[in-house]
Amino acid sequence: MTTLPDTTRPGQKKLGLVIDLDTCVGCQACATSCKEWNTQGYSAPLNDWDARGADHSGSWLNRIHGYEVKEKGQAQSRIVNFPRSCLHCETPACVTVCPTGASYKRAEDGIVLVNPDMCIGCKLCSWACPYGAREYDEVQGVMKKCTLCVDRIYNENFLPEDRIPACVRACPTGARHFGDLGDPASAVSQLVAARGGFALLPEMDYKPVNRYLPPRPRRDATTLAPEALPRGDGSAMDRLFQWADGLLAGHAGTAPAARKVSRVAAIKRRVKSAVAAVKSKSRGKK
Amino acid sequence: MHPAYSVILFTTASGAGYGLLALLGLAGAQHGQASSTAFGITAMVLALGLISVGLLSSTFHLGRPERAWRAFSQWRSSWLSREGVAAVLTFLPALAFGVVWSGLYEAPQFIAPLGIITAVMCAITVFCTAQIYASLKTIRAWHQSLTAPVYLVFALATGAALLAALAAVFGRFQPFQVWLGLAALAAVLVLKALYWRAIDAAPRSHTMEAATGLGRIGQVSQWEVPHTAINFVQKEMGYVVARRHAARLRLMVLALLLAAMLLLLVSLKAPLLALVAAALAFTATMVERWLFFAEAQHVSTLFYGAKTA
Repeated sequence: MTTLPDTTRPGQKKLGLVIDLDTCVGCQACATSCKEWNTQGYSAPLNDWDARGADHSGSWLNRIHGYEVKEKGQAQSRIVNFPRSCLHCETPACVTVCPTGASYKRAEDGIVLVNPDMCIGCKLCSWACPYGAREYDEVQGVMKKCTLCVDRIYNENFLPEDRIPACVRACPTGARHFGDLGDPASAVSQLVAARGGFALLPEMDYKPVNRYLPPRPRRDATTLAPEALPRGDGSAMDRLFQWADGLLAGHAGTAPAARKVSRVAAIKRRVKSAVAAVKSKSRGKK
Repeated sequence: MHPAYSVILFTTASGAGYGLLALLGLAGAQHGQASSTAFGITAMVLALGLISVGLLSSTFHLGRPERAWRAFSQWRSSWLSREGVAAVLTFLPALAFGVVWSGLYEAPQFIAPLGIITAVMCAITVFCTAQIYASLKTIRAWHQSLTAPVYLVFALATGAALLAALAAVFGRFQPFQVWLGLAALAAVLVLKALYWRAIDAAPRSHTMEAATGLGRIGQVSQWEVPHTAINFVQKEMGYVVARRHAARLRLMVLALLLAAMLLLLVSLKAPLLALVAAALAFTATMVERWLFFAEAQHVSTLFYGAKTA
């Protein structure tokens, strides 16, 4: 049934992910782990075609974008790794446009799924999704999407710590969190509240459940400036190093790059003068 | 949006078919039985044939055409499902109308009610087709109040041009067919021009900053793509091939429509030219439909480097 279940009841479970854009390092472990799990799990296989050819392509349920962000007040831009998958919206148009009932939203936990045995592969659901979360499987002729690892999270054959989505299990930096975002007391809800978690394109009114945690602000605004030389404290050791630095550079206090070049020049000069001294000595002997 | 050729052929052919069928229904309601059984049967076969070809071609872009019957089930929420249901339902009054109108079965008292029901069902079906596109919030160029009226007048105009052509072939050409065709084509011209003005003026309010939510810290640009080769979302949603030719293709649609109108006018003197007029109107619709897809930008392209949508 592609009409949506009533998810406005108090205590409605809304399972979803919270993704920390501050700690994600873009390692692709979540994407590869997702692909590996879901090619043998629900709606398997998750196909690739011409996988080793020039025109290779494939269905992925989780993709990691990289964005460059020019921050206000910062001369240097920063890179934000951005994992993107189904957000398990509360009012998903991908479900309501489905003509067959293959796409549905589960009343018990809000997970949005595609029944691969009923999908006719019309792709209209992918048109209705503003997040590009659904990917068509050319081999099977049906639509694929994130299942929130519905075949892991309730699997009692697994150890409790493994009853989480494969992407969350795989993340080496703990940037992915799984839980009930409908429960304000849950760890994920608390995390969203503490870190100012946000929804993607809230103005489109699909009411996504997943949340993203914004990158933390930079510590200071001087990241572009070259490393400043440590100020001398006047100790004997300090004077020794300053003397050595001066000896090598010919002149102290310049920028490191310039110093490097002048060091070579200084060595050349010293070799030259030593050679000259040896020559003049031998001349004097004569 | 990627223009699937089967969908372009479907909406053009079935649009013309529904337009013709609706006009036959209304003509039947007004004038009674067809002037000859041969004309009646030919007209009905042409209309229902175009509709059937269109419906069949629409199943070609399905990944699992053998499951197409499942699409009749979700009419409560899905415009695509409603279109399927309406298309099948239309066949019932249409076939009954064809039988009594063409004189295969003498029941003149049923011609008018069946004709009107058929015409209404045709309009409902074309409206459902248009709503599939118009209901998608993700595509600004489709989520417009003019999308459905444009689909309806295109169906009417191509149907009217076909009716004039058909009447010319059967020697039953009448000036009112020309005036009807001209009025419908003029309505197409006006509504389509207004539609283009509307989509050009509509604010591109969604940005890459808003889509990623990173606008809260600064200005966003794409740094690394999430794939090693072009993926489904880019192929299906990120189609941009025709966008740079949009202005030229729009002119082409307008020129074809004007040429169709001119030929229809000339056909008052030389009726067989209505055939050419119908072909031109059909071609204009194909180009317009292709442009309808190619010009439509999807919000998800914001994640793949588009600045606004």
